[in-house]
Amino acid sequence: MATAFQTDTTPLPPTDNLPHPEAVVVRFAGDSGDGMQLTGGQFTLSTALAGNDLATFPDFPAEIRAPQGTTFGVSAFQINFGSIDIETAGDEPDVLVAMNPAALKTNIKALRRGGLAIIDSGEFGPRNLAKAGYAVNPLETHELDDWQVMAFDISALTLEAVKPFGLGNKESLRCKNMWTLGLALWMFDRDRAPLVDWLKTKFAKNPVLADANIAALNAGHAYGETAEIGGPLKQYHVDAAEAQPGHYRTITGGESLALGLVAGAHLAGLSMFFGSYPITPASPILHHLARLKEFGVTTFQAEDEIAAICSAIGASYAGQLGVTSSSGPGIALKGEAMGLAIMTELPLVIVNSQRGGPSTGLPTKTEQSDLYQAVYGRNGDAPLVVISARSPTDSFDVAIEACRLATQFMTPVMVLTDGYIANAAEPWRVPDRKDYTPFPAHFTEEPEADGRVLPYARDPETLGRRWIRPGTPGLMHRIGGIEKALDTGNINYEPANHQAMTDIRKAKIDGVAKFIPAQQVDVGNETGTLVVVGWGSTYGPIRKAVQRARSAGHDVAHVHIRYLWPFPANLGALLKGFGKVLVPEMNTGQLKTMLRDQFLVDARPLNKVSGQPFKIAEIEAAIAEMLK
Amino acid sequence: MNAITPITPATKPEDWASDQEVRWCPGCGDYAILKAVQRTMPDIGTARENTVFVSGIGCSSRFPYYMETYGFHTIHGRAPAIATGIKLANPDLDVWIVTGDGDGLSIGGNHMLHLLRRNLDVQLLLFNNEIYGLTKGQYSPTSQIGTKSPTTPFGSVDRPLSPCAFAMGAGARFVARTIDTAQKNMPEVLKRAHAHKGTSFVEIFQNCVVYNDDVFAKFTAKKAAPDNQIWVEHGKPLLFANGTKGLRLDRDHVRLSVIDVVDGDVSQVLLHDETNHLLAQLLVEMPFGEFPKALGVLYCDPAPSFEAEVHVQNERITAGRSGDLGALLNKGQGWDVKPARGPNL
Repeated sequence: MATAFQTDTTPLPPTDNLPHPEAVVVRFAGDSGDGMQLTGGQFTLSTALAGNDLATFPDFPAEIRAPQGTTFGVSAFQINFGSIDIETAGDEPDVLVAMNPAALKTNIKALRRGGLAIIDSGEFGPRNLAKAGYAVNPLETHELDDWQVMAFDISALTLEAVKPFGLGNKESLRCKNMWTLGLALWMFDRDRAPLVDWLKTKFAKNPVLADANIAALNAGHAYGETAEIGGPLKQYHVDAAEAQPGHYRTITGGESLALGLVAGAHLAGLSMFFGSYPITPASPILHHLARLKEFGVTTFQAEDEIAAICSAIGASYAGQLGVTSSSGPGIALKGEAMGLAIMTELPLVIVNSQRGGPSTGLPTKTEQSDLYQAVYGRNGDAPLVVISARSPTDSFDVAIEACRLATQFMTPVMVLTDGYIANAAEPWRVPDRKDYTPFPAHFTEEPEADGRVLPYARDPETLGRRWIRPGTPGLMHRIGGIEKALDTGNINYEPANHQAMTDIRKAKIDGVAKFIPAQQVDVGNETGTLVVVGWGSTYGPIRKAVQRARSAGHDVAHVHIRYLWPFPANLGALLKGFGKVLVPEMNTGQLKTMLRDQFLVDARPLNKVSGQPFKIAEIEAAIAEMLK
Repeated sequence: MNAITPITPATKPEDWASDQEVRWCPGCGDYAILKAVQRTMPDIGTARENTVFVSGIGCSSRFPYYMETYGFHTIHGRAPAIATGIKLANPDLDVWIVTGDGDGLSIGGNHMLHLLRRNLDVQLLLFNNEIYGLTKGQYSPTSQIGTKSPTTPFGSVDRPLSPCAFAMGAGARFVARTIDTAQKNMPEVLKRAHAHKGTSFVEIFQNCVVYNDDVFAKFTAKKAAPDNQIWVEHGKPLLFANGTKGLRLDRDHVRLSVIDVVDGDVSQVLLHDETNHLLAQLLVEMPFGEFPKALGVLYCDPAPSFEAEVHVQNERITAGRSGDLGALLNKGQGWDVKPARGPNL
């Protein structure tokens, strides 16, 4: 896929004569202030409108405005797009756009050998070179000989392009990213009109800025056309990908999850209450939901993580669907309150956008090391449901599923996503509401048949208890964190009662396995030599690696687990149908340990905790090793 | 949202008692408070099913179990946060928070601060016994310096916090103080608290017979009461000691001073103005000994409540519209893939 991008000599347009690589990986890298995320986002939109399949990887520092020109202030955006199915943001970029020495230094090693580096030489003065740790200018040595280098003064070209608009130097240079985007649009034979429209809307209040940015965009595009001859800069055309018919848009994991929650609450027939406290990388979910008041969503920015979950529990108690969201450190703070929700058996959705840990860890980098925390991380025997999203678009369905399980089983449900999924974007075939079966929540409004008020009487199928809202006449009762009596929910310290209640809480969650789909094999056969088992955002690289291994004739399958607690009922039997089990994870082996514990299978780990997603090649190598 | 029945059938105090056995220590001040609350609820007139008592952890926090209403005994310090969710989800509910000096001001201090500044429309009863009872007698953030306890065998050295001063500082719009045994005054304070829209902060001096007995006796004992309690009333002179003493504003030093009232001449005595923030601060911070303990409604100056503002904004933004889910999902620049379309077309 990514290697399909060729840099051979090619005749000039028309489009039909352009090289048609199947897939290309482009990485934009620059200073935090250079607007690389914006450039990447707009290039993504243009890519989507061209009908390509795509996956993105925004990779930015934790600092909002790190000192200019430093390596730790570099912000990057990688996109993989093509006419074939794209599952990851790509192992190695084919094209690197480096806006300064620091961006070059931190990203050049990732560039495919022979790939194209487009460099703003205007930023390669002594000061910036020193800040990036270059003793000599790499553009003047043989340091970059492994790659094709196209260095020119983007800064000066931008200044020239926006000169007629009379902006100051600083404001003029801010248009650099649009110049670069213009060049990228030319390279991939893209239509500029949607970007021009977007700039006009964005700068509606300041038409001069709109015009300057459009001029920069056009100048970048024109530069491509005129500078092409003889240099390494070429134009390419990536065909539209084959896709299921329907209406599409791009969506990030954060937005997809937020929309899934809205849809889930609608399907349950409930208003949603979202209590949250700002934390990276979970905040975008709160940002999205805060604007959706007309969908019966109340958002509450609480004073801390504990108040966030407690307010959500209060809202569920009062009859709404309580949701809280955070990342690992915040989830740790919420632990005691989760126990309360388990004890009082109230519906609650807890979203964990995982990041590198422990402690503050790597706030903007991705990891999936909160699995133990999700499944085991509370005092007492405190089971809850844990499910995970594997991609930005999958987050929508997972969020709906969390709402279903929480309300049907009267239990907290934790959704595990991660920083990579939350920020990454991909094309999304917008679903139809008809694709989803409603699961209306039921409130008890009458006493039991014998006239008693029994808040802890249960549905015989799901073992979910009665949901009685305050405000319901005649059903006043008290609940709390102290052990409850089997049926009335009154305080009860009797030994047999605690045993029975602990058993019921466990049986209820274990029983969820009967109400979730059986585990499917994503790629390959139901039995075989090796199965690669994953969960969460490793979906793309595992799938591609397994597909490649199968193309090479190996008997490998891919199983990707959405339901992490309880596991699907058939999972143990399924895994035992394979000779070997490999579990790639962005942690030190948490799912691996759970699979060993639950099914006594000889699961072998493949672990990576660098804050970066797996490369396909890394998993391919591990598969090859396992098959030796 | 649940509609509240406009006409609530009359109830008696016993209608507000649940079937649960009350399990406080014999002689605990909590019994008196429970009795006063159950006695006051019929006068307040809210339906039992629309009433919710929310508590945290501690002796006081067992309170909800004994009320024939909806009740939620939550976790340590977090009752204000849970109550916030309840009230935002259903503003029609009449929510009471019951907490103590440890639950509300130590582990839950942060939530208390934000509850008060947001001004959620709830009644908050803080049972202050200046000790941790349920964990067997450790000193609390309101314990006086020198309090000997299992964790401070040689006496505590940290300075105590004044709950009402904390509340005033946090932006409370209603601050009142009463005593567990004040069976005559407490119902009036509770009714005022209930009538106030916003967070009504009520500190109740509550005697812990086991771990801190008689800690308030200097002003609660029958003999000491007249000279050491001043029950304030809006618009009335600040008098105590059966009208023989009063509070005067020492304008030169901007502080209060105690003066003798001779021949009923109250012309020098300050009138209580419960809307005056500065006066309320002076009253709650009067050093005991030199001054009596100020009791009653010390401050009441309503402001918009949090849940009302949230709902007003929601209504303004939505303008009665109900969102179109399909349109939401389709938002942004999209593209269509036609059934016949292949990769090279």
